Amino acid sequence: MMDFQSTLLAKARWRPWEFVVWLAAFALPLLWPSRALMVNEIAIVALFAMSLDLILGYTGIVSLGHAAFFGFGAYVAALFAKLVMPDPTVGLVVAIVLSGLLGAVASVTILRGTDLTRLMVTLGTALLLLELANKLDWLTGGADGLQGVTMGPVLGFFDFDLYGRVAAWYSLAVMLLLFLFMRRLVHSPFGATLKAVRDNRLRAMAIGIPVMSRLSVIYTVAAAIAGAAGALLAQTTGFASLDVLAFDRSADLVVMLVIGGVGWLYGGIVGAIIFKVLQDTLSTVTPQYWMFWIGLILVLLMLIGRDRLFKPWTWFGGAGKAVKP
Amino acid sequence: MLTILFDGIAYGMLLFVLAVGLAVTLGLMNFINLAHGAFAMAGGYLTVFAMQKLGIPFLLCLPLAFIVVGAVGALLERTLYRPMYAKPHLDQVLFSIGLAFMAVAAVDFFVGSSQQNIQLPEWLRGRTEIGDGALMLGMGHYRLFIIAICALLTVVLQLILSKTSFGARLRAAVDDPRVAAGLGINVNVVFLLTFAVGSGLAGLGGALGAEILGLDPTFPLKYMIYFLIVVSVGGTSSITGPLLAALLLGIADVAGKYFIPKMGAFTVYLLMILILMWRPQGLFTRKGGR
Repeated sequence: MMDFQSTLLAKARWRPWEFVVWLAAFALPLLWPSRALMVNEIAIVALFAMSLDLILGYTGIVSLGHAAFFGFGAYVAALFAKLVMPDPTVGLVVAIVLSGLLGAVASVTILRGTDLTRLMVTLGTALLLLELANKLDWLTGGADGLQGVTMGPVLGFFDFDLYGRVAAWYSLAVMLLLFLFMRRLVHSPFGATLKAVRDNRLRAMAIGIPVMSRLSVIYTVAAAIAGAAGALLAQTTGFASLDVLAFDRSADLVVMLVIGGVGWLYGGIVGAIIFKVLQDTLSTVTPQYWMFWIGLILVLLMLIGRDRLFKPWTWFGGAGKAVKP
Repeated sequence: MLTILFDGIAYGMLLFVLAVGLAVTLGLMNFINLAHGAFAMAGGYLTVFAMQKLGIPFLLCLPLAFIVVGAVGALLERTLYRPMYAKPHLDQVLFSIGLAFMAVAAVDFFVGSSQQNIQLPEWLRGRTEIGDGALMLGMGHYRLFIIAICALLTVVLQLILSKTSFGARLRAAVDDPRVAAGLGINVNVVFLLTFAVGSGLAGLGGALGAEILGLDPTFPLKYMIYFLIVVSVGGTSSITGPLLAALLLGIADVAGKYFIPKMGAFTVYLLMILILMWRPQGLFTRKGGR
């Protein structure tokens, strides 16, 4: 009788391996202190990638300018610490709220038009912010970056140390909190309507889903979380520079998400880990030509088909079934 | 005043030649090709080497760039691009940006990251000035040359599109590929030719523009956004749309940088976002079609 409900609920249930993953993540800075800085970096990027997954994987909005919100969050957090108060938690909340507001305003631009139009306006938004940050040098430091940011201790107790262990735990904790929120969100009825909009917007409209408001809301949420990731970066490094807004960051992010798999929150985490480890290894071999390798990976990944990457038995044997456009 | 307008037009015409191939590809196969700038870069580097190493005169280099880059484009279309047409837009974007990344790194590896210069022949240097005061019109000879070539190309393209049977087939395929295929038009061949000509034009534009736009390995990424603006603002259903959009962009960019240098490219991006919010399908799209 209630069978259909239990199968739906089973999808959203916590698996045992998920607890293991999170425990391992928190244990990592303790077990491997020399890599704490890298753990911190991966946690931030993974959070950023998950925020993009909300709009790209779950709602189907192609964005090449998600770094706009990441960078905005970073600058807000850095400026807040410099000019108002150095407490990281308050700064984080301020950055989240302001990035969310920016996302709400920017969401107007993505409601209409084709994929190309959305690509262009998201890209344009990021470039606009980059240009602003560059020109408002009395506020942001321009091309030199925003220097002289000193952070207070987290929650008033834990000072940021040189090895980045506190930073790593701080970022992981924020990431876990926001992950719980996103996990709840995508498994809720609201999340189900997002997927309906992604799969067929016309039908979603026909069964009474308010498509426009769903798009605006999820874009705002994704912007707020991206802002949180940016704020974490600025707070743990004590620095914000123009590259937080650069096009490369948006492009790298999409690449990560696609490597890890879209429409799956852990895809952001997996992608971030693979990407960072690859970048670390390949950069030590040929520091200059990292771009070539990432380009090659992208081309091969797309030719094979990103949904077939982890299923090698489908690589050969005909063209396979193309994904529905 | 008039000089700025003149430079803007020259810049816009150049952008049009660079981007028109992209517009047709996008209109015909609905394929977002972010690697288009790589073809332009190839044309630019080809010209530099043909002139420096082989001593081929500049005027001969231009058709050479067109033919070689067009052939490369045709080859890549057959081997790499064709499997991507049926994929979603996200895949196409990532695939083509991967190609662009590879091109950037490869050029950096083989040639080095320094800026390349083209030695213009004597008769293309210098400038002519007409009138004086605020209405003074200073025309660089090279820019005059660019305008002449690009105007000629535009007229030829327009004639091919509107008068020949190939043009009719192309327009039919852009409007509705399925029905066109049903009428016996070989859409694949039409597309192969169009792609080759489009990349060839990009190569030619790169050769012409190396002097004005600057030529270094980051070229495809630096100008990608400009090509995309031309295409998205101009619409993809005709070539007059991208032409007008390119002229608008060229003039706005030159004038913006001259009058309000503090704003930089800010004006261009803002203008683009506003236009796309107002007309998401582009400024100059025709009703009907799809």
